[in-house]
Amino acid sequence: MQPGVVIVGGGQAGLEAAAALRTLGYDGTVTLICEEAHAPYQRPPLSKDFLTGKQEADGVFLRALAYYEKHRIDLILGDRVTEINRGGRLVHLAGGGTVAYEQLILAVGSRNRSLPVPGAKHALYLRSLDEAVTLRQRLAEARHGVVVIGGGFIGLEVAAAARGAGKPVTVVEAAPRLMARAVSPPLSDFFLDVHRGQGAEVLLNTAVAEVRPDCVTLTGGRRIDADLVVAGIGVVPNVELAREAGLDVSDGITVDEFLRTSDPDIFAIGDCSHHPRARLESVQNAVDQAKCVARAVMGNPAPYRDVPWFWTDQYEIRFQMAGLSGGHEQTVLRGSIENRKFSVFYFKQGRLLAVDSVNRFGDHIAARKMLAAGTALTPEQASDETVDLKKLAATQSVG
Amino acid sequence: MPNVTYISSTGETTTIDVPLGTTVMENAIKNGIDGIVAECGGAMMCATCHVYVDPAFLDQLDPIGDEQEEMLGATAAERKPNSRLSCQIHMKPQLAGLIVRMPERQT
Repeated sequence: MQPGVVIVGGGQAGLEAAAALRTLGYDGTVTLICEEAHAPYQRPPLSKDFLTGKQEADGVFLRALAYYEKHRIDLILGDRVTEINRGGRLVHLAGGGTVAYEQLILAVGSRNRSLPVPGAKHALYLRSLDEAVTLRQRLAEARHGVVVIGGGFIGLEVAAAARGAGKPVTVVEAAPRLMARAVSPPLSDFFLDVHRGQGAEVLLNTAVAEVRPDCVTLTGGRRIDADLVVAGIGVVPNVELAREAGLDVSDGITVDEFLRTSDPDIFAIGDCSHHPRARLESVQNAVDQAKCVARAVMGNPAPYRDVPWFWTDQYEIRFQMAGLSGGHEQTVLRGSIENRKFSVFYFKQGRLLAVDSVNRFGDHIAARKMLAAGTALTPEQASDETVDLKKLAATQSVG
Repeated sequence: MPNVTYISSTGETTTIDVPLGTTVMENAIKNGIDGIVAECGGAMMCATCHVYVDPAFLDQLDPIGDEQEEMLGATAAERKPNSRLSCQIHMKPQLAGLIVRMPERQT
């Protein structure tokens, strides 16, 4: 058999790359190597509707098994690539096999950062479907309290699910505000109010000293009873395989604007990929980089330029982000924080960088269109509710 | 159990049983029907599960909400009066025998 494309990693990026290759008419072999025993599945519901019981495990899979057969995608489940042999153009599997490639796509993802305190083994993490199944079960059984370590997206979604189930919840965050890496201070403050309003205790500037089977102790000496401790303190990109193969890595596997690593026959996409603009952890980034890499494999490369977007659901709040707000110099509010329907627009030198929207779906979609089209929007227009953003935004697909 | 018929842009027709309360999108994915992509998994963040609903069933559909209205303005294929996001069509007895046609492209 002629070597074709080998994709390492069965998350959404890997799956979408295989699908995009077939959509574009790629005729060679496509092999998708998944470390987990499950076929590729969606991660977002694991901390949202799956955790709250609104969705079951059979609803999270990205494709039916019949799809892989029909589209000649060779799915290898429960095996792991241990080494890339660039000279021989093949990958070695933990199970003993090898797979030859013409082009290799690394979609190896990221892993949860481990809690660096004694007793960390008593904490649960949430990334995989198996972890989500365990967490859902433990959450149902929790009686005394749930402690969430880390006030980022995952931690706060878990906290919302636990409060929704009526459990006592304490969120412990080391930084002075929530979701500090991703959102601006007004939004951190808003979500702090939301969680406290729902009865969660939220501790900022607070560090954990130790996790025990029945409690968490803080560095200040306080002890919080807990029969469930969940840690969501960020992720680490999986760069080891690439580094051992001699590829350039930093915070992620270094790629150019076409998602090529320092080896022209090897690409990196999704969470593990450090694009010149940023390293992102999102469905949008996984899907759009997958489409971008498929074009490059087909010999028709185009730079990766898609507008980043992201969402989180906490209680009845839908929070959506478009663009990247890093480096902004000016923020403008549209709507009402009090009414829980508002957007924050981020500008740099008068140019729109990003928009964060709380229960303002129309603003979010308009923002994605404007950012994609480079539509000029002034800070005055952004704050003026009589300005119709939808009309300003050029009509184009954001699919 | 009610069924739904999916017709691809090339005329390929598939009829499947669809449990009440589940969506036209999720049944397409579970049954490996090409033509419905659903990149966001039904979170109404993308418009890649776009379908054209057979006009005979339009009266039975729930009204288009504000969010769906916005997303339908961002479909890859032409938006028509009978365009819907299939993640927002929940099966109910009145929709038994529903026919949806899939656009040529979702992205």
